[in-house]
Amino acid sequence: MLEIRNLVVKIADEDKQILNGLNLTVNDGEVAAIMGPNGSGKSTLSYVIAGKEDYEVLDGEILLNGENVLEMEADARAAAGIFLAFQYPLEIPGVATMTFLKAAMNAQRKARGEDELLTPDFIKQVNAAADKLGIAKDMLRRPLNVGFSGGEKKRMEILQMALLSPSMCILDETDSGLDIDALRIVAEGVNALRAKNRGFLVITHYQRLLDHIVPDTVHVMSQGKIVRTGGKELALELEKSGYASYGEAA
Amino acid sequence: MAIVTPLKTAAEQQLAQQYADAKAELPGGPAVRKLREDAFAGFEAKGLPHRRLESWRYTDLRALLREARPLATGPGALDAARAKLAELALDATVVTLVDGAFVPELSSLESLPEGLSVQTLADALVSGREDLTRVLAGPSVAADDSGLMLNAALMRDGSFVEIDAGVALDKPIAIVRLFSGENEISVYGRSVVLVGDGAKATVVEINACLGQAPQQLNVALVIEAGSETEIEHIRLVTDQSEGSVGVFSLLATVGAHAKFDSFALVCNAATVRQQHFVRYAGEHTEVGLRGVNLLGGTEHSDVTLIVDHEVPHGTSRELFKSIIGGEGTGVFQGKVIVRQHAQKTDGGMKSNALLLNDGASMFNKPELEIFADDVVCGHGATVAQIDGEQLFYLMARGLPRAQAEALVLQAFAGEAAEFIADENMRALVMSKVEAWLAARETASQVSDV
Repeated sequence: MLEIRNLVVKIADEDKQILNGLNLTVNDGEVAAIMGPNGSGKSTLSYVIAGKEDYEVLDGEILLNGENVLEMEADARAAAGIFLAFQYPLEIPGVATMTFLKAAMNAQRKARGEDELLTPDFIKQVNAAADKLGIAKDMLRRPLNVGFSGGEKKRMEILQMALLSPSMCILDETDSGLDIDALRIVAEGVNALRAKNRGFLVITHYQRLLDHIVPDTVHVMSQGKIVRTGGKELALELEKSGYASYGEAA
Repeated sequence: MAIVTPLKTAAEQQLAQQYADAKAELPGGPAVRKLREDAFAGFEAKGLPHRRLESWRYTDLRALLREARPLATGPGALDAARAKLAELALDATVVTLVDGAFVPELSSLESLPEGLSVQTLADALVSGREDLTRVLAGPSVAADDSGLMLNAALMRDGSFVEIDAGVALDKPIAIVRLFSGENEISVYGRSVVLVGDGAKATVVEINACLGQAPQQLNVALVIEAGSETEIEHIRLVTDQSEGSVGVFSLLATVGAHAKFDSFALVCNAATVRQQHFVRYAGEHTEVGLRGVNLLGGTEHSDVTLIVDHEVPHGTSRELFKSIIGGEGTGVFQGKVIVRQHAQKTDGGMKSNALLLNDGASMFNKPELEIFADDVVCGHGATVAQIDGEQLFYLMARGLPRAQAEALVLQAFAGEAAEFIADENMRALVMSKVEAWLAARETASQVSDV
C-alpha cells in the first residue's frame, strides 16, 4: 500500500514549488489513475516517489507498506517494491539489454538478501515475459533502448516491470507516443500483472489509456494537489468537460 | 648584440653526458652511428620538449624530467616478468623486452609461422641493411619532435619484425615491454614492424611496470605497411609505477588500399604521453585511431596525433574516450593535415571526456589543416559529467549508484573498444576497464562508510 501524506515538493535548484500538500492512497490490488492538465505536477509526483534527486521534499511523507521511503536512494526504493515506468525511457548506448536486465534483477535480489539468479533461469524468465509482450529476441541483444521505436521502449518498460515483480507500479504517461496497436499490447501487459498484492498508479492526460487499463479510482490533480477523487466514470466526465473547471487551462 | 646561449637544464646536461658515455657501445654500423649523431645534435639544439611548443603544451617534459635517470643496461626482475606474462596469457607470438632488452627465454620465437621473421633491433642495427635509416625515420611529420630525436640517439634494443607479402598471420605479434621498476632508470627503445603488400596482422604492444621505482620511458613503434595490407595495432599502457614519465610514440606509414587501425588503452599510468604520427603513402586507405584513457589520482595522459593525408581518397577516423577522476588530467591534441592534392579525403575526429569530480580536467584541441578543396572533414570534442538521467534510470531499476555509474562508464569506454577486431584483445581491454571501474567502485564504498 502506498500512502502519500501532505507532500510538499520544490525543484531543488529553484524556488518553484510543484507539489502543494498532496494526499493520496493506493491500496494493494487497486488501480488508481491520476489525470490532470500539463504542469499540474503529475510527472514530478512519479519522480519523487521513485527517488529522483532533482527535487527537494519540504514536507510530508511517502509510505510504502508503512515504511517512509523518502530517506532511501532510488535503488533501495526499487528493491522495496517501487517501479516507475518512464514516460521517456533512457537510451543507454553500450549496455546490452540482457546485461542490464540481469544486473537489475540480481541487484534487487541482493538487496533483499536473495541468491543471484542462475543464467538459465534468467534467460527462461526473460524469454517467457518477452514472448507475452511480442518483444523479439533481437531487441534483447541490442543496447538498452537504443534505436527502439516509441512502442518498443514502452514494451521494454513493461517487460522490466514483469521481471522485477514490484508491489507498486507507477506508469508515467505510458500512452504517450503509442499507436492504437502498441497501446493495446502495453495495456494487456499491464492488465496481466494486476494482482491482489500489487498496486498501480496510472498517470495520464487522456481517457484513452483508461479504456484499456480500467481503473478502480480516478484522481484529478491540479496545481500540485489532488482536487477530486471518484470512480472510473470520472475519467469519462473529464474527457467531456476538460480541466478548465479545475482552475487551469487545458 | 647579446649572444643567446640556450640554458640547459640539469637533465639535458645529464643526457648529453649519458649519450657521450654510451655512444661507443650503442649498437649500430656507420649509418646508424651517423643517424644517432644527427638525432642527438637535433635534440641538443631543441632541448627537451616544453610547454612553449604547441605540440607539447600540456605535457612539459622539460619540467617533468628534473633529472635524467641512468640508462638501463640490462633486463632485471625476470621472475616478476615471467609471472606477468603468465598472467597475461597471450595467445600470440611474444617478443618480450625487459627494461628495453630483448629476453629470448621469455619470448616465443622458436617456431615462427612461415612468412614472419623476428630479430632484435640491436641485431638489425648492426646488420647494415640499406633501408634501415629510412625505415627508422617514419613519417616526415615526426621529424622535428625532439622526444623522438632523443629516442633515436639512445635507442638500445627492441624488436624488428618482418611480415612477408601476402601472409595473413593467425596469431597476433605481441611486443611486451616490461619495466622492472627495481631502480630509477630510463629506457630508450624502438621496435619496427615491416608489413609486405597484402599481408594481414595484429600487432599488440603491452607496456607495464613490475616494481615501484619511477621509470623514465621513451619508446617508439615504427610500422611500415605496404599496399592492400590490413593491420590492427593494440597498445596497452598500464600499471606504470608512481612518478614514472613515459613517452610512447607510434610512427605509421600506410600504403594504398590498406586498412590500419590502432587502439590504445591507458590506465593506472602515472604520466603518459602518447604521440601517433600517421602518413598515407597510397590512395584509398582507411585509418582508424582510437583509445580509452582511465585516469585517477594525479595521473596525466596526453594523446597527441598528427594524421597526414598526403594523397587523395584517404579516410581517417579518430575516437578517444577519457574517464577522469581524482585530480587527473587528460589531453587530446589531434591534428589532421590534408595536403593540397589530397582531394576526396574523408576525416572524422572525436574526443569525449567524462569528468567524475571537480578536481579532474581535460584539454581538448582538435585541429584541421586543410589545403585541398574537395574534402569532408569534421571534428567534435566534448567534456561532460555522467548523465544524471541515465544514472537515475538505472538506479530506479535497483542498481546501486556505484554499480549504475560503472555500467554507464563501461558503456562509454566500450564505444571505442568495440572497434577492436581481435576478440581476445577486445576482451583483455574490457577486462582492464572493468577492473579499473571495480577498483573505483570499491574505493567509493570505502569512502562512504
